[in-house]
Amino acid sequence: MRVGLFVTCLVDMMRPSIGTAALKLLEGAGYEVVVPATQTCCGQPGYNSGERKSARALAEKVLGEFEGCDYLVAPSGSCSGMIRTHYPDLFRGEPALAARIERLAAKTYELTDFLVNVAKLKQVPGTFNGSVTYHDSCSGLREMGVKTQPRELLAKVQGLTLKEMRDSETCCGFGGTFVVKMDEISARMVEDKCKNIDANGASAVVLGDLGCMLNIEGRLRKRGDSRTQVLHVAEILAGRDEV
Amino acid sequence: MQSQAMHFKARARAALVNAGLQRGLSKVDGFAAKRAIAIRELEDLEGLRTEAAAVRDRALADLDVWIEAFEREAIRRGATVLYAETGEDVSKLVIEICRRHGLTKAIKSKSMLSEEAQLNTALEGAGVQPVETDLGEYICQLADEPPSHIIAPVIHKTRADIAELFARKHHRPQLDEVEAMTREAREMLRTHFLSADLGISGGNFLIAETGSLALVTNEGNGRMVTTMPRVHVAITGIEKIVPTLEDLCTLMRLLPRSATGQSISNYFTLATGPRGEGDLDGPEHMVFILVDNGRTNLVGSDLQEMLRCIRCGACMNHCPVYQSVGGHAYGWVYPGPMGAVLTPAFLGVEKALDLPQASTFCGACSSVCPVKIPLPDLLRKLRERQVERGLRPWYEMLALRVWGWTAQHPRLYALAAAIGVRCLRTLRNSDGMIISIPFASGWTNTRFMPAPSSGRTFRALYAARAKR
Repeated sequence: MRVGLFVTCLVDMMRPSIGTAALKLLEGAGYEVVVPATQTCCGQPGYNSGERKSARALAEKVLGEFEGCDYLVAPSGSCSGMIRTHYPDLFRGEPALAARIERLAAKTYELTDFLVNVAKLKQVPGTFNGSVTYHDSCSGLREMGVKTQPRELLAKVQGLTLKEMRDSETCCGFGGTFVVKMDEISARMVEDKCKNIDANGASAVVLGDLGCMLNIEGRLRKRGDSRTQVLHVAEILAGRDEV
Repeated sequence: MQSQAMHFKARARAALVNAGLQRGLSKVDGFAAKRAIAIRELEDLEGLRTEAAAVRDRALADLDVWIEAFEREAIRRGATVLYAETGEDVSKLVIEICRRHGLTKAIKSKSMLSEEAQLNTALEGAGVQPVETDLGEYICQLADEPPSHIIAPVIHKTRADIAELFARKHHRPQLDEVEAMTREAREMLRTHFLSADLGISGGNFLIAETGSLALVTNEGNGRMVTTMPRVHVAITGIEKIVPTLEDLCTLMRLLPRSATGQSISNYFTLATGPRGEGDLDGPEHMVFILVDNGRTNLVGSDLQEMLRCIRCGACMNHCPVYQSVGGHAYGWVYPGPMGAVLTPAFLGVEKALDLPQASTFCGACSSVCPVKIPLPDLLRKLRERQVERGLRPWYEMLALRVWGWTAQHPRLYALAAAIGVRCLRTLRNSDGMIISIPFASGWTNTRFMPAPSSGRTFRALYAARAKR
């Protein structure tokens, strides 16, 4: 089975180690993994800003790059959510393309969802000495139904204990362009999130989306917390030595 | 209510540093917690939500037919049915009713539509004294402030604020306990209940098959307003119609649970026609005013799903943006995600530019909406309208188009990404954080930006690995 890894633009630029970790997990689960070299962005920034034209063009580009794979997997609930739940909306009234898009949408997975529900992963290579808390990213949780999957996988990490924080399902305030358009409200939301992380006291906050990751880590460091690690779930599952 | 929706950002900024308001907003969580408990009583919440959405869609699909049916049944039972196209028309009709019947004092139960119509101001201008009798609305009226939450109008006020307000307005010694304050308000309101000749209510639902008004309240004032005065005027939006009593039951299983976390509200009133022969109480005249005020524009549009709304307020109770800034920031009658759609939809997209942007699309609202309104999708459609009509700033559009275009050209994109990564890395400190980025102060004022963790993009690293 061939899995197409959609790395996402933010992982590509900001934290390539997450892409490496995802690759390791997928290959470790026995899949042939391809990484289409021309991949860029899923089109979500344009789509969520009301600029459908570029979103549609990028969706068609992703379709061309990934429709030959058996699965499309992304280490992001937000980008996989864009492809699975929103791409079909961009091709209303174009039946031929719409049918192909529907097929792509149906085989698109968020990484942990794929590892649990398709790959049925029994064990993970990662180890972690200490407690972690999991932040539920909005799109992963509400568009892709990612809730138990990362927790199930984290439970397989040797030495790790999961310690739930308060309001783990509340948005961190990133929201794509929201973070710059409504910066003050966003700042308040991420501060609330950081307070809950702080009160929880885990050694690491683990999550599945880069937007939340940059937002939360940036705020934690600014408020003087240099202790709490901020890790993508793929990094912790694959083992930090790989990073 | 005069719209201030164009000033969302400024009002939100003020709200974020308003200590009293922030204390009040911390109570919103309580509604969400109570809802979470109340929905456990339902065997199949998802099925019920789907059914409720279908009930609303059925009514909206043939709205004209159901309105006619409602009118026929209401008239048959002795009520009068009037129509108002705008908020001003509502005020005109109510004032005309006052003149015709010689009415001088109106007791009101909660009606968001009367806020849309700025009815109180119009009544005062016409020499009719309006008295709000919902405790929260009464406090708003004393303070001369609009409500900030559709279910809990004074959630922005503290107990101390209200104690001080009562002492000043009631000319009585300042009280401290909520119970005592409530008792004092009851005493004040009692004389109004007994002396008013007009009762004005809103309406949660209108039932077509019986021509009835359904009212969901907790304080009992709604029942006084609809039964004690000589004339009862019910003001509702045209979309509040449901075909049958059976449909009403479906929606009632969800409304109080979604709104306040109650299995059923303290009072539920089904008012059908004026006082009949042999009836012990009830008004001599019952008048319905069915209001459009922008609603028909939504019928058949890509925003029609918003008309399903049953005004429970669950969307705002679960909205992290509402919880941060409260209701007044939204600048018009309806706050939260509900208002972020309704305000531009009713008043015009150009009159509320920030509201569709005031969302992270986290989806908490739509996940609790009892009638499954896809609020983030509707907000996105409003953003699309802003773009289509050239209402977004040029630099935002430029940035989006440059990004979109570059992303469609992978080689150029790879080059830009490589340069971007290097530039960002030159800005990082020893902890890998960027303290300040020119043109991105919105981000770096309140947080650092983690720098790219590697000097090369994933795709460059992967290509190098493939070569090896």
